Amino acid sequence: MAAAALLSIYVALFFGSYPLTAGAIHEALASWFHGGADTQAMVIVRDIRLGRVLLSFLTGSALAVSGAVFQGLLRNPLADPFTLGISSGAACAAALALALGWTLPGLSTLPLVALTGAFAAMFMVLALSRLAGGFSRENLVLAGIVVSTFLGAIIALIKSLNEESVSAIVFWILGSFQGRGFEHVQLMLPYLVPGMALVLGFARELDILALGAEQAVQVGVAVARVRIALLIGAGMLTAAAVCVSGIIGFVGLVVPHLVRMLMGPESRPMLLFSALGGGVLLLWSDVMARTILHHGAELPVGVVTALFGAPFFCLIMARGRRT
Amino acid sequence: MTMGKMVHVEGLCAGYDGQQVLHDLTLNVSRGEFMAILGPNGSGKTTLLRALSGVLSSVKGSIHIADQDTCRLSARGRARLCATVAQKNPDLSALQVLSLVLMGRYPHIAFLGGYSDADHDCARRAMQETSSLHLRSRHAGTLSGGELQRVIMAKALAQDTELLLLDEAASNLDVARTVDLYELLRARNLNGLTILTVAHDLNLAALYCRRLVFLKGGRIVADGPTQEIFTSHLLSDIYETPIAVVPHPITGAPQAHLLPRA
Repeated sequence: MAAAALLSIYVALFFGSYPLTAGAIHEALASWFHGGADTQAMVIVRDIRLGRVLLSFLTGSALAVSGAVFQGLLRNPLADPFTLGISSGAACAAALALALGWTLPGLSTLPLVALTGAFAAMFMVLALSRLAGGFSRENLVLAGIVVSTFLGAIIALIKSLNEESVSAIVFWILGSFQGRGFEHVQLMLPYLVPGMALVLGFARELDILALGAEQAVQVGVAVARVRIALLIGAGMLTAAAVCVSGIIGFVGLVVPHLVRMLMGPESRPMLLFSALGGGVLLLWSDVMARTILHHGAELPVGVVTALFGAPFFCLIMARGRRT
Repeated sequence: MTMGKMVHVEGLCAGYDGQQVLHDLTLNVSRGEFMAILGPNGSGKTTLLRALSGVLSSVKGSIHIADQDTCRLSARGRARLCATVAQKNPDLSALQVLSLVLMGRYPHIAFLGGYSDADHDCARRAMQETSSLHLRSRHAGTLSGGELQRVIMAKALAQDTELLLLDEAASNLDVARTVDLYELLRARNLNGLTILTVAHDLNLAALYCRRLVFLKGGRIVADGPTQEIFTSHLLSDIYETPIAVVPHPITGAPQAHLLPRA
């Protein structure tokens, strides 16, 4: 799987609007390692394609892992940052910060604001669901729809009041990696790395929570603390993904399900393979998004993931009803 | 076996959302006892067990297990002292039996640590004792109610504690498996394990437990050696229906028989 991930990153470098031969790409990679004069091919491969490929991979990993954590934690197979409205929360806060021109001295404002938005939305959805009587799959998904629709409307409102172009709204609502690269990888890493560490560190506890809170306490899990740690970890991963890519749906839903079907439910391998699988999936979705249209035009990558993700969502929903 | 108190409960008031279930309850259990908690529905048996296992947050009074105040202990610390077999099992569908039993070892492993060979040995022994070793590669969701109950029992034994709490552990089991379970408990008890079990089956409790505690309305209404308190008068009084008590034809243990109301 790790080999498939590396191979995907490599092969994806071949796709792009500017035609490059394999030789040119290898030369560009080699000269990057050895140091050499900047050729046009090298600039394209290094500054444009590699950055974007890595960014889409890491974003996919973050989304898939946070989806896996939400599903395990809420014991709800339909949970993921998108269906729970958490991505919308992060995107809404980020849009607000951009529109109002907020900046925090000495810090990258956008991810921090996205994180705040993610937590606010998470809190809203959980509170709404609890108000409706508990964390059943219907309640959570309904609460998620309400919150994400509401926040989506706010995003649209902010953007139209701000008189910016329609494409900027589309960026946040449908998600895209257009024009993104290494500086965005640097932007997300301070949230991606601790988020992953937190979530993987509590993987065993996540397994035991499948027993239910009460029995988890009885075998020694500090349930409240573990839940908060996992929610913070998954929230950080969501915020990391959203602040560089907008709202990309279904990666966090589809990947953990496929991985669980292949590998069983044990959390630590499941999370690791979700990270790899989510990375590969979003990377190829992005390759499709930027190559499927002619004349260098791009689809938002969220369109691609929704096209295959939504039917999958229905499948899980139907399966859950049967059992 | 060291002498001393395994459980010391004093002035315990506990309940749910403003509804108090247990009222000023005091109970002492010595090391090595095999005790049943009996009583009519809604008398607070399960609440007492949940309070002892540390999952009820709003409790007044004090609970000490092995001379340690359980309120001051972490969940992990409590789980090293006391294992619990609950009444209802969650839906564990895809979880592998071995992983489930290994969860009983969780309080003994280090943070971020893995299960060692010793943990695996402990889990294997517990599965052998509950005749569930052959199930180890199965998924929990494919087990029958009785099989799952044995696996849950193995998880509790793997926890390797001095105190075991059970809530109607035999409720899913057929007659032979019920006797298997109680024989296993007796064997473990003879090896020093202190056992508190909530029971519905009066006769089974009288057959195996040396001490009985009867709860009613959240208070202890009778507490003593089985031979002394398992009487027709007391049982009829507590359960509010006529009950006759005769000695077991073979063991001599007192056994209850229901009577039609005249």
